[in-house]
Amino acid sequence: MNVSLRVWRQKGPGTQGCFETHEARDLNPDMSFLEMLDVVNERLAVEGKDPIAFDHDCREGICGMCSCVINGEPHGPEFKVATCQTYMRSFRDGDTITIEPFRSRAFPVLRDLVVNRSSFDRIIQAGGFVSVPTGSAPDGNAIPVSKEIADLAMDAAACIGCGACVAACKNGSAMLFVAAKVSQLNILPQGKPEKDRRVLRMVQAMDAEGFGNCSNTYACEAACPKGISVNFIARMNRDYAVALLKNKPA
Amino acid sequence: MNLESRTPSGPLAQKWDRHRAEIKLVNPANKRKYEIIVVGSGLAGASAAASLAELGYRVKCFCFQDSPRRAHSIAAQGGINAAKNYQNDGDSVYRLFYDTIKGGDFRAREANVYRLAQVSVNIIDQCVAQGVPFAREYGGTLANRSFGGAQVSRTFYARGQTGQQLLLGAYQALSRQIGAGAVKMFPRTEMLDLVVADGAARGIVARDLVSGKIEAHSAHAVVLATGGYGNAYNLSTYARGSNATAIWRAHRKGALFANPCYTQIHPTCIPVSGDYQSKLTLMSESLRNDGRVWVPKRKEDSGKPPASIAEEDRDYYLERLYPSFGNLAPRDISSRAAKRVCDEGRGVGPSGLGVYLDFSDAISRLGHKVVEERYGNLFDIYKEITGENAYDVPMRIYPAIHYTMGGLWVDYNLMSNVPGLFVAGEANFSDHGANRLGASALMQGLADGYFVLPYTIGGYLATQKPGAALPADHAEFRKSIEDVGTRTRRLLSVNGSRTADSFHKQLGRLLWEKCGMARNRQGLTEALKAIPALREEFWQNVRVPGCGEELNQALERAGRIADYFELAELICLDALTREESCGGHFREEFQTDEGEALRDDEKFAFVSAWEFKGLNGSGHWDLHKEPLAYEEVHMSQRSYK
Amino acid sequence: MNLLVNLFRSSLGRKLVMGATGAGLFGFVVIHMIGNLQVFAGAEVLNQYAILLRTSEELLWGFRLALLAMVGLHLYCAITLTLDNRRARPAGYQDKRPLGATIASRTMMVSGVVVAAFIVFHILHFTTRDIFTDYKAWTIELHGREGHDVYRMVVHGFSIPWVSAAYIVGVGLLCAHLSHGVQSFFQSLGLVSTGYQPIIRAAGVAAALIIFLGMAAVPVSILLKWVS
Repeated sequence: MNVSLRVWRQKGPGTQGCFETHEARDLNPDMSFLEMLDVVNERLAVEGKDPIAFDHDCREGICGMCSCVINGEPHGPEFKVATCQTYMRSFRDGDTITIEPFRSRAFPVLRDLVVNRSSFDRIIQAGGFVSVPTGSAPDGNAIPVSKEIADLAMDAAACIGCGACVAACKNGSAMLFVAAKVSQLNILPQGKPEKDRRVLRMVQAMDAEGFGNCSNTYACEAACPKGISVNFIARMNRDYAVALLKNKPA
Repeated sequence: MNLESRTPSGPLAQKWDRHRAEIKLVNPANKRKYEIIVVGSGLAGASAAASLAELGYRVKCFCFQDSPRRAHSIAAQGGINAAKNYQNDGDSVYRLFYDTIKGGDFRAREANVYRLAQVSVNIIDQCVAQGVPFAREYGGTLANRSFGGAQVSRTFYARGQTGQQLLLGAYQALSRQIGAGAVKMFPRTEMLDLVVADGAARGIVARDLVSGKIEAHSAHAVVLATGGYGNAYNLSTYARGSNATAIWRAHRKGALFANPCYTQIHPTCIPVSGDYQSKLTLMSESLRNDGRVWVPKRKEDSGKPPASIAEEDRDYYLERLYPSFGNLAPRDISSRAAKRVCDEGRGVGPSGLGVYLDFSDAISRLGHKVVEERYGNLFDIYKEITGENAYDVPMRIYPAIHYTMGGLWVDYNLMSNVPGLFVAGEANFSDHGANRLGASALMQGLADGYFVLPYTIGGYLATQKPGAALPADHAEFRKSIEDVGTRTRRLLSVNGSRTADSFHKQLGRLLWEKCGMARNRQGLTEALKAIPALREEFWQNVRVPGCGEELNQALERAGRIADYFELAELICLDALTREESCGGHFREEFQTDEGEALRDDEKFAFVSAWEFKGLNGSGHWDLHKEPLAYEEVHMSQRSYK
Repeated sequence: MNLLVNLFRSSLGRKLVMGATGAGLFGFVVIHMIGNLQVFAGAEVLNQYAILLRTSEELLWGFRLALLAMVGLHLYCAITLTLDNRRARPAGYQDKRPLGATIASRTMMVSGVVVAAFIVFHILHFTTRDIFTDYKAWTIELHGREGHDVYRMVVHGFSIPWVSAAYIVGVGLLCAHLSHGVQSFFQSLGLVSTGYQPIIRAAGVAAALIIFLGMAAVPVSILLKWVS
């Protein structure tokens, strides 16, 4: 199959970018989307042109490094998969595919389709952890956790930190990402002592990074490659309201 | 060179406790005066960086990804072993130790493995406390499952994402320290050289992958936790970015490389579908519980649709060759059997490199619903990747590289022969011998980072003067920056006609054919000729677009691939000199009449530690041997009959 | 102080204010609708109700000020949050798909602004009577108390087709706003837990639909001369 790509090209952070058209020919429908980009890049390199820069690593949908908005959808047309698990059979011969970077003030473009998502790391650094130094843990079975709670925490913990929620949200809000981590730790007994402090600090960090605000449209949930539920956002809102009413410093 | 393992004396079970009691300590007020560099942020790196920072050391942590959370430890599915004996089924530290050392085909250092089994219980406690959502029983206690043929149930898991959850636990601990200012994190920064001055590791030279700037970072100790080198084979279950550059650069600076030929091959991966392939995906081994493996009996049938091949024309070769184990034959044996039938031209699928894993019997015996309950998610993954429905047509599988047991040589303290250079996790050679058991990689990475390095690095630093590390403008740093810059410019200036990736594909194919599942003298000798020639061609004819002062992914890859040529040569050299079969290293000349691996404990009960001597046409190395003395266990032949 | 700072500065704090004031205004809309529907019970009942509402000047103004405060806070949060949202994506997408988001949820700002403009018109029309100044003189006396002839005003007002049309459009947008707003209230205040979300979303849409029908019934009935 052959497709035509309209790809965002940008030399570096802060420079002007534009769309470029590239033809991708003789593709195998069993190729992954990223392998298709590999093929295009091989040709560009041989022709002495700059290959298209894009983020990727594990290529099995778990590391969260791949990004891209493909035809207006973060991670492409398939439901609940990352870009690296999108295959060319999801497109038709002759299609024109628009590929853009994740767009957010908090995710500045570094080059072409590569964006800087360190803002997510800084949010975790503000409180996305349990303060338990190595060596100070009680026996694993000393704290019973009901199966239901463990499963719910795992649902939240499945987040891969890719940023598709931000990319999909019309407001560029990071609520789903933050809520997943706040919820995972606030649900579990191990995380309870820092519950209020955690939510206040992480929300403060999220706001400081310049993400937009949640207007409950739930595009994030639809775009999430792991299907993280917006219920966790409600849960974080509740935790935040409770922490706010206690009126303690963050 | 004197290879001193520094294994403590005394009974096996007391070695670690005694060592910890005797190890030198750093005064708490002085810890702030030591800087430690940790390269890599996977399980071993993140846990080490976090734990060292908690102790008060000043830590700098480097990763090439955009965030420490992306390291490839994240992709481990199955679980993590620990000798908790929560199931009351007779597990113990000794049993986990023995299983691991036997699984490693008696090629690991006994005391290290015993320590690993000992601290395994602390790892689970630590991870639970961090909020890792392990699977639970209804009563609220931790759940376990059995794994990899072990006779006890000791594997802890978090759905099929245990590696992800453990890594995020370590990442969060690391993030806490970054937030507190105790760790300075350098994402998108790749180590390109180790700096050795006055006989000790003093820092690294790294390239900022966004700006292209090459900078020196000095410290009192350097920890490499950069994972394995399986991507030398190009197609593997590793992440695309996983690479061997950090350990290889350290090797070139004097660190010994141990047992490079010990590579592990996983039998159930989704086969290669075309030349464009970049990555192989693992399918859980549990599929072999109900699936039957077969290929057509006749070569001519291999292109036909599977349904049109009559029952009597199918060769259920595992059931035929290993009647007692059948489809559940161990990893290495079933991998080699698959290779054999494909070599005979009976492989299936477009590439001819694949065998069927057929569930039609299971579906007619158990019903569609039961099969779906057991394996539904795996069938979904398979469909996602291949577009085929495995309920209707048999799956196609083929073995793939997915772990390397070899790595930089380290002593009992996880310090290499270069003082001040520590190596942790898959990057070192220490604990798995010639073969790793399932659910042990996560255990080792975290053991090294959380519970070994925090003690042993202190022991080393106590011998070093506190205060400023070597200034980064010291002559050795300047020389190293110069060398790295020269090499980068050289890659960019060849301006030939082939991309680095095309060389990588060629090298990978060569390595897979000659030094993959089965190796022999002739093939290895050929590879040892072909690899240096390919390396020559690479340096004559590679084309790396762009420049060095920008985000240049092609340049990053070219640098890593350049190192693979040298590493590949050493893998083959090691495989050639180890004239026995053990674990993942199978030499066709050394097998029993039944085709089992034939170890030679008389001649080869040692660790091969290679010292780099330079490149001159082909590579040159000196072999050093660390004898493996077993005080507690008796070496026996692994048998699956 | 922390409480106030967080409430009005943080994203989540403003969302709480937004949700709480929205809920208050929703309550007002429901009461308003119930009041309106009394038009079907005849002139006396409606006018009686109108007079009742004006029993105490203090209470009336207290109520009006509370409403005004709610509108003010709702608007303040809406505007500042929207400005944040604009800033959060300086460069947009060439190709953009809504991904599961409803039209109502994506157009809250538009529906909100139009509704606000409509409310101004509505107040000028029926409360201050500055659109048709004749209304000012339409008074009646009922059971010894004087008041406006609200019934006559309503019937007159809605027999003008463009007024009715504007009203129906205004109320329609209000209800579109509410169809997202109701469930958004539960979400923003964290009053929804796992499993209940589909019910709350459906209930929000149902409530909006009922309000629309209740509100639109008045002008439609007057235009069709069922009420005169």
